[in-house]
Amino acid sequence: MTGNNVVGIIFSNMHDDKLRELTDIRTMGSVPFGGRYRTIDFALSNMVNSGITKVGVITKSNFQSLMDHLGSGKAWDLSRKHEGLFILPPFGFNNSVYQSRVEALNGIQNFLTQCKEDYVVMSDCHIVFTMDLRPVVAEHIAKNADITMVYKNSVMPADLPEKICVEVGRNRKITDVLLTEGSADKVNWGMGLYVISKKFLLKVVAEAMARNRLSFVRDILQRSFEDCRVYGYKYDGFTGVLGSMKSYFESSMELLKPAVRSDLFPLARPVYTKVRDEMPTRFGLGSKVVNSIIADGCLIEGEVENCILFRGVTVGKGAKLKNCIIMQDSTVGNNTNLNYVVADKDVVFRDGRSMMGFESYPVYISKGVEV
Amino acid sequence: MLPKKECIAMLLAGGQGSRLYTLTRNVAKPAVPFGGKYRIIDFPLSNCINSGIDTVGVLTQYIPLVLNDYIGTGGPWDLDTMYGGVHVLPPYQRQKGGDWYKGTANAIYQNIAFIERYDPEYVVILSGDHIYKMDYSEMLAAHKKAKAACTIAVYEVPMEEASRFGILNCNEDGSIYEFDEKPKVPKSNKASMGIYIFTWEKLRKYLELDEQNPDSQNDFGKNILPTMLEAGETMVAWQFEGYWKDVGTIDSLWEANMDLLDPRVPLDLSDPTWRVYTRDPVMPPHYVGKNATVQNSLVAEGCVVDGSLEFAILFAGVTVEKGARVTDSIIMPGAKIKAGATVQYAIVAEDAVIESGAIVGQRPENIENKDEWGIAVVGNNVNVGAGSVVPAKAMVEEDVPAAK
Repeated sequence: MTGNNVVGIIFSNMHDDKLRELTDIRTMGSVPFGGRYRTIDFALSNMVNSGITKVGVITKSNFQSLMDHLGSGKAWDLSRKHEGLFILPPFGFNNSVYQSRVEALNGIQNFLTQCKEDYVVMSDCHIVFTMDLRPVVAEHIAKNADITMVYKNSVMPADLPEKICVEVGRNRKITDVLLTEGSADKVNWGMGLYVISKKFLLKVVAEAMARNRLSFVRDILQRSFEDCRVYGYKYDGFTGVLGSMKSYFESSMELLKPAVRSDLFPLARPVYTKVRDEMPTRFGLGSKVVNSIIADGCLIEGEVENCILFRGVTVGKGAKLKNCIIMQDSTVGNNTNLNYVVADKDVVFRDGRSMMGFESYPVYISKGVEV
Repeated sequence: MLPKKECIAMLLAGGQGSRLYTLTRNVAKPAVPFGGKYRIIDFPLSNCINSGIDTVGVLTQYIPLVLNDYIGTGGPWDLDTMYGGVHVLPPYQRQKGGDWYKGTANAIYQNIAFIERYDPEYVVILSGDHIYKMDYSEMLAAHKKAKAACTIAVYEVPMEEASRFGILNCNEDGSIYEFDEKPKVPKSNKASMGIYIFTWEKLRKYLELDEQNPDSQNDFGKNILPTMLEAGETMVAWQFEGYWKDVGTIDSLWEANMDLLDPRVPLDLSDPTWRVYTRDPVMPPHYVGKNATVQNSLVAEGCVVDGSLEFAILFAGVTVEKGARVTDSIIMPGAKIKAGATVQYAIVAEDAVIESGAIVGQRPENIENKDEWGIAVVGNNVNVGAGSVVPAKAMVEEDVPAAK
C-alpha cells in the first residue's frame, strides 16, 4: 500500500454560517486567509506534510470557488496515480443534502469502505494551524484507540463555533466531554481534529443513523467516551479561530507577530496553495509600508500600516491604509483613506474615498463592489 | 502514429556563462536567478508556451544539476504534456563513442533523432541567456510568408554600439545579404538576437554538411548561417520591437534587474496575458517590519524586511534586519543581510550571509578612479564577516573574516 495507512477527511463547509459575509459566495474552506492562502490550505498541508497521500474533501454548497482552488490537487502534490485528492460532493449516497456531520460521514460511507487505510484523520477548516499529525496517529495506534481528539489548553476562544471541553485523565484518556457556553478559565477545548479508526467510525455512524442520532459530539463522542477507547492529544501551537468577522480579523492580525508566523509557517513544513504566477511586489517611490504582510503581485505607491495585502492588490499614490485586510486583485485608488476595512476580492476603491470601521467591528466590503 | 508538431523549439542551455564568474560557479547560466523570483530560462520557456510551442528540447552540458532539477517535468510552464513537453537533452554515448557538444550546431546535430520524433516543419533555436518577451508565432508567420529557409530575429541597437554585435545587412525586403560579425564600420544597426527559425528540412541538410567539415567549429553564427547564405538560401531578418537584454555579464545582469524598477522600461512582468512562469518557492507572503523603509524596490515572498531598501531586488526568503541598508542591489534567494550591514551596487548570491556592520560594494560617486568602480559580487553560501569591507568590483567566493 502507498501512503501511511491514514486517509484524511476535510469538512469544507462546516460552520459556514459563522462567517456569513465571507462564505456568502464560498465555503469555509475557501475563505482567503493570510495574504495568499485559503483556509483549506492549512488542513491539506498538515495532512500532506504528515505523509497522508489520500484526502477526501466533503462539500455541501457554494463549492465552485473551492473546486477552482483545488483543481486536480497538484499544488498539494495530491494529483497522484494512486490515491490523491477526492472531492466528495453531496448527493453521493442518497438524495438529500446532509445537515450534520454524522449524515455527511454517512454520505461518504462508500468512499470510506473502499479506502484501504485503517485510520481516518478528520479536520475542519475554521481553525488555522500548522501541526505534525504523525505523532497523533502514532499515539492513536500505540494506544489502540478508537478516537483520539486533539485539544488545546487555553482560554476557550469566544467565537469557537463548537465549544467542546474535555476532561483528561490518566494516560490522556478522555474522562468527560462537555458542550459549554464558553469559559473565562483555561480549559481543554477541542479543535475539531480527530484521528478515528475507520472500522469504528463506520460502525458508530451506522448505529447513529439507525437511531436518527445526528450529532457527532452528542451522539457519538459523548456516548462513547465511557465505554470506548477515546484519548486526547494536546496541541500547544498557534491556533487562528475564524468563528466570526471579529475573530477572522483578529486571527489575521496575529500574523503580524513574528512568533505566530514562525509557528504557522515553519520552514520544514511549507503551506501549499494554488500558484498564481504573479511577479514580485513592487514598491513605488513615496511608498511607506510598516508592519504589514504583503503577497506577490502587489503594486504599492501609498502608505500601508498594520495591513494584510493579498496577491495582486494595487495601492495608489497618497492612499493611507491602516489595519486593513485587502484581498486578491482589489484596487485602492489615489488618496483613499481606509481604517479597519476588510475588502473581499476584486473590490475597487475609487480615488479619494474614505472608510472607517473599528477594531471590534471592521467594515466588510463584498466581492467585486466598487466604492 | 503520433500527431506531427508543426514547430518545436531547441533551447541552447549548455554555456558556462564564464563572464558571470562566481554566479555560475555551481549552476549553468540559464539557471541564474533574475528579477526577484525568476531564473533566466523562465523567459524563453514562458515565451514558448505563450507562443503555442509545447515541445522544447533543452540542451545542457555545464553543471546541469540545478537546471535539471529546476525544469523537472516542466509543470510550472505547463510543459508537462502527454506528447511533447520539455525535455532535458545532455550529450550521450553511442555505440561508436560519444562527444561533448562541440558547438551550438553540433548540439542540435547530436539531437536530430529527438527532433525527427516530432516530424516538425520548423525548428526554433533559442538561447538561455536573454531577458525578453517575444511571440515566436509572429516570427514564424513571417518565416512562412517569406518562404525562408532561415529567419533571424534582429534588434535595432544604437549605431555607436553596433560594432559590439553580430550585425545583419539586409535588402529592403528584409532578406539578408551579408553577416558582419562585430564590424568596425557597421553598415546597419540590426543586431542578431541569437533567435532563429529554420525550415527543418533545410537545417537538417546544413547540419549534416557542417558535420562533415573537420575545420568547422560547428557553430550557428560562425558556420551554419554563412554557409546557408553562400549557398543562396532565402534568409530574412525579422525585427523585434520591445525589451531585450543579453544578461551574459555581471553588469548587464545587474542592469536588466534594475530595469524592472524603471516604469519607463517596456518589460512588464505583471501582464496577465503574457505571464512569465516560474517554479513557485512555496513561501508565505513577505513581511515588512516596524523599522523598515522601502522605496522603489521589488520584494518576493518569504522575505522579512526590517531595514531600509532603495532600488533593491529581493528574491524569495531574503532577510534584511533592522538598521541594514540595501541600495541599488540584487539579493538572491535565502540570503541574509544582518543588522547594520550596508549593501550597495552589489549582487549577493543565494544563501550568502552579510554579517552585521559589514559593507559590501561602493557607490560610484565615492570613487575617484571610475575604472576601479564596478558591481561587487558575493558568491553563494559565502559569509561576509561582521564589520568587514567588500570593495567595489570585488568578486568574493570565499568567506571574508570579520574585521578585528
